[in-house]
Amino acid sequence: MTVHAITVLGHDRPGIIAETTRALAGLGLNIEDSTMTLLRGHFAMMLLCDGETAQADIAAALAPLEADGTLTVEVRAVPAEESAPAAGPSYVLTVHGGDRPGIVSSVVSEVAAVGGNITDLTTRLAGELYLLVAEVDLPVGVDADEVGASLRRVAGELGVEVSLRAVESDEL
Amino acid sequence: MSPEPQPVDDLVGRWSESDLPVEGRVLPVVTAPASVLSTVGARVDPADPAIVQLAADLVATMRVSPGCVGLAAPQVGESVQVFCVDVSAHPKTRSHHGTFVLCNAEVVSSSRNEKAREGCMSVPDFTGDVKRATRLTVTGQLPATGEQVTIEAEAFEARALQHEIDHCQGLLFLDRAAGAHAIHPRKTYL
Repeated sequence: MTVHAITVLGHDRPGIIAETTRALAGLGLNIEDSTMTLLRGHFAMMLLCDGETAQADIAAALAPLEADGTLTVEVRAVPAEESAPAAGPSYVLTVHGGDRPGIVSSVVSEVAAVGGNITDLTTRLAGELYLLVAEVDLPVGVDADEVGASLRRVAGELGVEVSLRAVESDEL
Repeated sequence: MSPEPQPVDDLVGRWSESDLPVEGRVLPVVTAPASVLSTVGARVDPADPAIVQLAADLVATMRVSPGCVGLAAPQVGESVQVFCVDVSAHPKTRSHHGTFVLCNAEVVSSSRNEKAREGCMSVPDFTGDVKRATRLTVTGQLPATGEQVTIEAEAFEARALQHEIDHCQGLLFLDRAAGAHAIHPRKTYL
């Protein structure tokens, strides 16, 4: 089984996803996980597709998307990965405050320092307000209160607010 | 018209599966994308022996499923409006009615929505952020006797009731996702 990672980046307009997925379906490729969002107005999409199509054929099928020069498409083969099981509990990390350089790196360094794994991350800048929301798996044995304290210390130096809340999911 | 709520609440609160004349059997739980999970369940005659048996089976299956606080008929492959709930052991529960089974349940009124992340035995690979009312009035019928009851539920019991009533209407929590980033891969633990 070959997994193809396809990225589409560039100027947003209606129909990009329809055109991309029509080309992939035409090749018999199966879209597995994908994500798409707008980053400061730029269209940004990543898709993982499964299928025995040659990489060059995928690139050729998607080439019309790049024709007017507003979009960039990349296709590459990646190894299949099983999502690693989380060893410990999950948390939502939120940071907000006045924009300044280094917020993301300072905050995520604290997470990395204890072996925490970020499984989802979004940052947004709107006017002066900078926002970071992440989902974090902390290893078993790491004290979340201590991580929270170190995050607050860093946030204090940056002049931003931080919170680290346990993700609670209820079985129904 | 609904009967007076309080005495009927007592009726539900006192109910237990031992009121049923049959023993429950543990049934296999079906998972999405089974079509029965997306089919509107049929209304039932609560006195129908098959429904009485199903009521007992739902409770028995819920009991053997760790952490399970409710189970609806479509989750065991039966496209009918029957479910059981028991949130009595859950830490987020405030008031509750213990174990009960309702047939043909309907939401009469709901208010005070709150968003929370929920999971479902029938959707084992995802959890989702879903807005649900925290104050809820539900009517329905008890199995076997067919007594019409009205339940005033709050907090976690209200959430569980809405989740199970959704199942009976062919809806999963996926259908109520609060946004494009509201469905999460479920963490599997080592």
